[in-house]
Amino acid sequence: MPMRNIKTWHFNGGLHLEEFKEISTQEPVEPAPIPRRLILPLHQHIGEQAEPIVEIGDKVLKGQQIARATGYVSLPVHASSSGTVVDINDYHVPHPSGLKAPCIVIDTDSEDQWIKREPVNYQAFNPSQLRNIIREAGIAGLGGAGFPSFIKMNPGINQSIDTLILNGAECEPYITCDDMLMRERPHDIIAGLKIIRHALNASRVLIGIEDNKPEAIKALREATSDEENVDVVAIPSLYPAGGEKQIIKVLTGKEVPSNGLPPDIGVVCHNVATAVAVYRAVDIGEPLISRYVTVTGSGITRPRNLDVRFGTPMDELIVYCGGHVDNIDQIVMGGPMMGFTLMTPDAPIIKTTNCILANKDALPEQPAMPCIRCGDCAAACPVNLLPQQIYWHARAREFDRIQDYNLFDCIECGCCAYVCPSHIPLVQYYRFAKTTIWQQERDKKKSDIARQRHEFRLERLERDKQERAERHRRKREALANKASGKAGSSGDIGNDEKKKAIMAALERVSAKKTEKKTWPKNIDSLTPEQLKLIKEVDERRARAKQKRIEAINSDSAPETVEK
Amino acid sequence: MPLITATSPYISPSGSVTRVMLQVLLALVPGIFAVIWFFGWGVIVNMTIAITTALVFEAIMLKLRHRPVTRYLTDGSAIVTAVLLALAIPSLAPWWVVFIGTAFAIVFGKQLFGGLGYNPFNPAMLGYALLLISFPREMTVWVLPHGLHQETLGFLDTVTIILGEQVPAHLNMDALTSATPLDTVKTQIGLKQTLDEIYSASLFGVLAGKGWEWINAWFLVGGMWLLYKRIISWHIPFALLGGMFAIALVFYLVDSDAYPSPVFHWFSGAAMLGAFFIATDPISACTTNKGRLIFGAGIGILTYIIRSWGGYPDGIAFAVLLMNMAAPTIDHYTQPRVFGHSKDEHT
Repeated sequence: MPMRNIKTWHFNGGLHLEEFKEISTQEPVEPAPIPRRLILPLHQHIGEQAEPIVEIGDKVLKGQQIARATGYVSLPVHASSSGTVVDINDYHVPHPSGLKAPCIVIDTDSEDQWIKREPVNYQAFNPSQLRNIIREAGIAGLGGAGFPSFIKMNPGINQSIDTLILNGAECEPYITCDDMLMRERPHDIIAGLKIIRHALNASRVLIGIEDNKPEAIKALREATSDEENVDVVAIPSLYPAGGEKQIIKVLTGKEVPSNGLPPDIGVVCHNVATAVAVYRAVDIGEPLISRYVTVTGSGITRPRNLDVRFGTPMDELIVYCGGHVDNIDQIVMGGPMMGFTLMTPDAPIIKTTNCILANKDALPEQPAMPCIRCGDCAAACPVNLLPQQIYWHARAREFDRIQDYNLFDCIECGCCAYVCPSHIPLVQYYRFAKTTIWQQERDKKKSDIARQRHEFRLERLERDKQERAERHRRKREALANKASGKAGSSGDIGNDEKKKAIMAALERVSAKKTEKKTWPKNIDSLTPEQLKLIKEVDERRARAKQKRIEAINSDSAPETVEK
Repeated sequence: MPLITATSPYISPSGSVTRVMLQVLLALVPGIFAVIWFFGWGVIVNMTIAITTALVFEAIMLKLRHRPVTRYLTDGSAIVTAVLLALAIPSLAPWWVVFIGTAFAIVFGKQLFGGLGYNPFNPAMLGYALLLISFPREMTVWVLPHGLHQETLGFLDTVTIILGEQVPAHLNMDALTSATPLDTVKTQIGLKQTLDEIYSASLFGVLAGKGWEWINAWFLVGGMWLLYKRIISWHIPFALLGGMFAIALVFYLVDSDAYPSPVFHWFSGAAMLGAFFIATDPISACTTNKGRLIFGAGIGILTYIIRSWGGYPDGIAFAVLLMNMAAPTIDHYTQPRVFGHSKDEHT
């Protein structure tokens, strides 16, 4: 199909950042060596953590599922090489908290032996079956967020998808893994694209690539020359054009509604690397066990992209790329704008690791000055928020006011923090406010439930009390009726009947007790003295009871019985 | 070696508060030279007193408030306040006028509200308003601009007048000072003179008052540079000058004998200094773009009203302070439409 000129749109703000991309595009991508030990976190995606289905000592093959998905928003984990499971325990994972999380550890046997792979012809499958294959292959969005891809291929029964977007913008500085993938494997991308398109039944496809990647644009244009209604669009390089909502706006002019999802406006967006993963899962039968990772930064002497197995410790990659772990004083996972620093260098590569930025001369953290309300942040905000107002209320912990300023529309791109002349870590404040509000909502839900429970209890107690009062009242009435009846008729009948009833009840009780007495008692091993004592006690009890019965019989006032 | 953890971004940020303040000061330079050229050594003496006072009081207040003194003193904001105030004070005003105004601006206008970033009012204009209300005589006597008097006012003479409050014997103060052009226009119109008659006085030049028109022109140049460097956005200056122009044009068209032209207003008093350097103080101004337009236009219109019918010769200071008060409310009602929200959704 001839190249068409596709109109592009703009979003507010954005930044022209220095790119630092050419550093890591000098060498072709090659597979990273198999590490001696793989550390595979059970949680490498957005959603529920996977559940191990192997045990320590099990032999596993490359591509074998070792943990299964739990719940809908969840994905399985696969062994990325063959070997032996040696531990299932908490290890350092790449997470901003620096906390440890459950991982399956495999000692590799360097044979790298695959499980049996079963390629299928996607055209023979319906969307639901394809989604299932993609889910079982453990495919999460490889752009960075890691949302399970099969969910994004299920627009729901009420929505039809008119545009499928493949995101090859890669707008953050330093990161080049998608760029290299597009240059080197354009046909794999298109093969995956066809599968996703088939599953979504999308009428047109737009591939958005920032215009600072001419090689990638050229490669994909060549690869799509025969495709019907597929356009490769060079979009202006402007951070964060690769954000999902931003690239949709740039390519279609449509805005994903706040609180909404792309399918609401007939669009679905997948990363180019995800398309390759889909292709490999369907056409080759391989689960997702590796990805392209950019290893770069001032602490790396041979910065480049590698095809890395998940579970490979980062420090091994750094060493492999000519870095010295001892010389590096900061490791960022992801890009310099939205990534986060790691506490230890031995955390593993996971599905969302697009870049390792290892620096030997980390920027000294600048002390934050007060906000001077210059508004540079608002001018840079791609969502058109007023970051300084949100900051102000976050600082003051005014979480009600903060939502008037649409905090939850913030995509945490970091543009505001970058332009802030006072060097205020704005995004941190927004994350703090968001998590606090979530926590408050959870607490509120909890306290609502507790309150309801408490109210129900009070209600129940009140009802019980009333029922009891009602019972007593009825009893009193009945007795009063009888008493008044007795006054009018023959003597002590009421009282006698009463006594009779009481006697009957007591007899029933004693009968029950005798019944109980016939139950086996633990007296077999007791001495005769002890047995004698027991007998005496029993007799005393019987006498006391007899006395009580006599007392009742001799007593004529019904009130005492009442008591 | 433990890894350094920090919050994003991990590339060097683009600017700093100090840089912003330094660029503002740099942009003031052409205007400052013009003021010195026309009003003499007194401007330098005033600025020296103002800067010293500002730094000393800023340091004392920071110390009392247990804030890091060096870090905040070097942010440059106190110097900007001092310079702006010194430029607004007549060049031969006694030293204590500058001293009181600057001290008030820093202590009451800025630090007592919480220091940098927390002052609801423009500190320099707060200081100016205090001086104008408290010392109207000292604040309205201006030296005639260079070229309009025969006296030679040397550096020592100036220092004697400002610090010693004595007029050297060889100087005739009455020949040296006069009301400002804005003031003259107002009083003469009050005396039923037509503008043509008023303008024929030697005090007036091509566009407005002699000297003043040049000073305004140079502040305009500095302001354009700030726009170019994106230290300020165009909204406030554009709206301020636009608002002033619009209201002045209406009255000028109604009666060009009694109301000076819009251009006269643009190049008189502190119009350009106000539009590019005072009203654009981000801390006390509006932050939304729509709000900035309203804020700027409000200052322009209020300035015109105060100049034309108010009790003071120039209105920039009071107009700025009035709009400072309105800024939070304007901001609240001019929030931009957030991505993914419909147009009528936000408050």
